[in-house]
Amino acid sequence: MKKKIPLTGNAAFAEAMRQINPDVVAAYPITPQTEIMMTFAEFVADGLVDTELVTAESEHSAMSACVGASAAGARVMTATSAQGLALMHEVVYIASGLRLPIVMGVVNRALSAPINIHCDHADTMAERDSGWIQIYSETAQEVYDHTILAIRLAEREDVRLPVMVCQDGFITSHGVEPVEILDDEVVKKFIGEFKPWNPLLDTDNPKTYGALDLFDYYFEHKRQQFEAMKHVPKAYEEVAEELSKITGRKYPKVEGFYMDDAEYVIVVMSSTAGTTKHVVKELRAQGKKVGLLKIRLYRPFPKEEISRLLEGKKAVAVLDRAYSVGAEAPLFCEIKSALYDVKAKPVLASYIYGLGGRDTPPSLIRSVYEDLMNGNISKEEKYLGVRE
Amino acid sequence: MSLKGWKELPPGGVILEAGNSIKYKTGTWRSIRPVWNKDKCINCFMCWLHCPDGSILVRDNKVSGINYDYCKGCGVCAAICPKSAIEMKPESLFEEGEKK
Ligand code: SF4
Ligand code: SF4
Repeated sequence: MKKKIPLTGNAAFAEAMRQINPDVVAAYPITPQTEIMMTFAEFVADGLVDTELVTAESEHSAMSACVGASAAGARVMTATSAQGLALMHEVVYIASGLRLPIVMGVVNRALSAPINIHCDHADTMAERDSGWIQIYSETAQEVYDHTILAIRLAEREDVRLPVMVCQDGFITSHGVEPVEILDDEVVKKFIGEFKPWNPLLDTDNPKTYGALDLFDYYFEHKRQQFEAMKHVPKAYEEVAEELSKITGRKYPKVEGFYMDDAEYVIVVMSSTAGTTKHVVKELRAQGKKVGLLKIRLYRPFPKEEISRLLEGKKAVAVLDRAYSVGAEAPLFCEIKSALYDVKAKPVLASYIYGLGGRDTPPSLIRSVYEDLMNGNISKEEKYLGVRE
Repeated sequence: MSLKGWKELPPGGVILEAGNSIKYKTGTWRSIRPVWNKDKCINCFMCWLHCPDGSILVRDNKVSGINYDYCKGCGVCAAICPKSAIEMKPESLFEEGEKK
């Protein structure tokens, strides 16, 4: 029987971790993720899980412990934010390069400097080419569902790649919402037994992880990684479909909201999709043909779905809660690239918003739709809510 | 050892065959080659002791030659030899057939 309980996004991730009962979790606290590890450490202390909790001295060590444990043959999870993810950077590539199915909760937070603990997506955008699957969550409910989905996806024989389950720092991580929780047994059955693959602890079959791989083989191993990522869309759809059957909720890679007849569209990820839905409903009530395209799966980038959904629209604004200093913003850049092959190209506008947790109220989202409807579109990106 | 394509390799660069490093001939990296002169050698084993690749061959308590399959041409043996019995020569001086 499903039950609904009030949870923060962090607690929702920790709750999913409790039900998953991973073999090893590496813990290092960093705001706004700390609550995940605090909550999970309590589960360990109370004997609710069998997990070996490794308290590391930094995020670099935490991810290293994850890599070691995963190569040994364990089901492994951890969580991080911002500077913590940046400190893990080197090992993040090792996890994906060694094809280890680690699942990590990332509570998105701005990168220093200046120091800021609030939300933007600069931290995970900096890891977008690291070979990890990235799933972005709008609500605490999505955090919970995505985490369970991520375990299955990461461990698929045809995938074997690590996954980041992202949520917005403080906005989602600390906001309390009703979250529908599955029964422990249902989750256990859904994720199934973890079958390690070439585990180091199988000492009867000795093997080497992390050997030197020069110009003679490195390229071939990367080629394998590219291929594994190409298997993800199909694998994702299958796992999402299976999870939908249990939860009754849908998890498309990209989610259209009033998209069918929309002429003016905003593309956005995570919690701001919720704000945008509210504005879309308001404008629809006034008869305006507006819509929203929410990106759930960012890596691999669902280019086909996006170009199909955006083809023929009049104007599209891409909202990035991140930046690429000296180049177009990351999401905008990829949406633009996805539209290169479509015949009826919409006019495109780039907006950077919400950096360092800057509030993005419905009025700002409304102003974007107004820009689109009034043809107030420039080649240069606009900054939403910055003081001139 | 012939090189394999990406579809034939264990994913993640994991090596499943214990001790297969013996198949990896680091001698192909060499650009200069140590040439040992038996007549000058006093068998002090300084080269054997210092070779980072274990490429100085010894038989019956005497140096017997150099294993070019694994010698990377670092030149340590030539530098350490008290009798200048090892000379480093450019690989280009040797015929293709002579290279291992
Ligand atoms: S050149 Fe270096 S690797 Fe080659 S035999 Fe001498 S010491 Fe060993
Ligand atoms: S160091 Fe020189 S003299 Fe001594 S064993 Fe080696 S080659 Fe011979």
